[in-house]
Amino acid sequence: MSLAPSNSSNPVALALRDVTKRFHGAAGEVTALENITLDVHEGEFLAIVGPSGCGKSTLLSLLAGLEHTNEGTIELDHEAVHAPGRDRLVMFQQDALFPWLNVLENVLFGLRLKPGLSDAERVESARYYLNLVGLGNKEKSRPHELSGGMRQRVALARSLAPNPRVLLMDEPFSALDAITREQLYSDIQEIFTKRQKTIILVTHNIREAVCLGDRVALFSPHPGRVQRVFDIQLPRPRRMNDPALATLAAEVTAELSIHLSQPS
Amino acid sequence: MKLPRPVIPTLVALAFFGGWEWLVSSGRVNDVLVPAPSQILQWFLEALKSGELLSATWVTMRRLIIGFAIGVSLGVPLGALSAQVRWIRDTIGVLALGLQTLPSVCWVPLALLWFGIREEAVLFVVVMGTIWAVVIAVQEAVLNVPPLFLRAAQTMGSNGWHLWSHVIFPAALPGVISGMKQGWAFAWRSLMAAEIFVVIVTGFGLGSLLNAGRELLRMDQVMGVMAVVMLVGLLADLIFFAPIERWLRRSRGLAR
Repeated sequence: MSLAPSNSSNPVALALRDVTKRFHGAAGEVTALENITLDVHEGEFLAIVGPSGCGKSTLLSLLAGLEHTNEGTIELDHEAVHAPGRDRLVMFQQDALFPWLNVLENVLFGLRLKPGLSDAERVESARYYLNLVGLGNKEKSRPHELSGGMRQRVALARSLAPNPRVLLMDEPFSALDAITREQLYSDIQEIFTKRQKTIILVTHNIREAVCLGDRVALFSPHPGRVQRVFDIQLPRPRRMNDPALATLAAEVTAELSIHLSQPS
Repeated sequence: MKLPRPVIPTLVALAFFGGWEWLVSSGRVNDVLVPAPSQILQWFLEALKSGELLSATWVTMRRLIIGFAIGVSLGVPLGALSAQVRWIRDTIGVLALGLQTLPSVCWVPLALLWFGIREEAVLFVVVMGTIWAVVIAVQEAVLNVPPLFLRAAQTMGSNGWHLWSHVIFPAALPGVISGMKQGWAFAWRSLMAAEIFVVIVTGFGLGSLLNAGRELLRMDQVMGVMAVVMLVGLLADLIFFAPIERWLRRSRGLAR
């Protein structure tokens, strides 16, 4: 297992040590994650990919502080994570925009909870991020008046606006059509390059992971473990139909099928 | 040619009331049993002129609004609490389900014993009619708030009272409003029952007016009061609930 990070010159932002998470379900105890050890460096884009049941969404909930580990530690800047906090914001699978607020108010939601800002600064910041995702002219719209892709862009602006240390993305593209997704991949890469944000993306789409991640951590299921970490050294911006990207994605897929063909 | 929408309902109403009028005025139906629409209208105009109808409507509306307001202001927090706290849901939540099925007129004997033949007795019956429907509706509305909203809000630093006031309550609002609407309907029923069954010295409401009609064998008065009760119910919906519901549907994209 390779743990060599590509941004190794940068300090470690998030450190996971032997993280284990178990659930008590109807079928007894299930180990969702077992001994996960990972370092995520400052300004790194880590993509976590794996089949369903590999615990990748659980891992994201742990990082967000919405769930607690049974064993092991998660540290952000050397401080233990055990509750939700605005230093780790989440962009969810479906858009979790609030239908009773307009676009601007949705983006302001997190900003209003951030102390030490004046109202004018909050509005200014919200507008900046709405412009960044290309929706500066939609601030008065209601979420239901926007397309699925636009809604996810608002969700992205909402997660970026309070300027979190780490952005957590929980399969944010899975409910979108292919064309919209493609557009968002390039938007995200542009924002990532511009803002140098630390991002962790969880997805079941291997190509997507290779397209976006500096590193791709392949998880295997039952129990969820890190099977292998791939360094993706393709130049940005990357395109989904780039043959080099397809070759790397095939490599990851091959590694995954090795595991899936083994009797467990 | 397409007729304007009100044409057919108007024709149907004319035929219905015309036929009714004819059946009574031609002597085919005894007007003591079923008064003609014109007789009901005549009672209505006289009662309006004498001020009897307006004062009775006022007495009833006052009781209704006060009772409803008490019922809602107790029911909303109780329903929210019941959704939030497990043991309250297992006790008061279950009790509310049982009490909701109990017609609130059943409370009349106890209310009279506890409060005497007074305004408080009527209000108590109205509150008992309103509160449980509101508790259950609010509890359901809060329990049905998508967990995703809560997770999203929590990661952005919202919790405690902020989470309630900025996320849970707005998200539950449509359910809360329909609960209030149901509570209003129950309040109306309770109040009518109470006013008809109990002679309340502190005020002569629509129910009392209807009961007086019964005692005088004046079915024009009985049916006139019934019409007024329906009218007030419709107006309340038209003026109060319908605009709120329309606004909620439109602003959240639920309009059809």
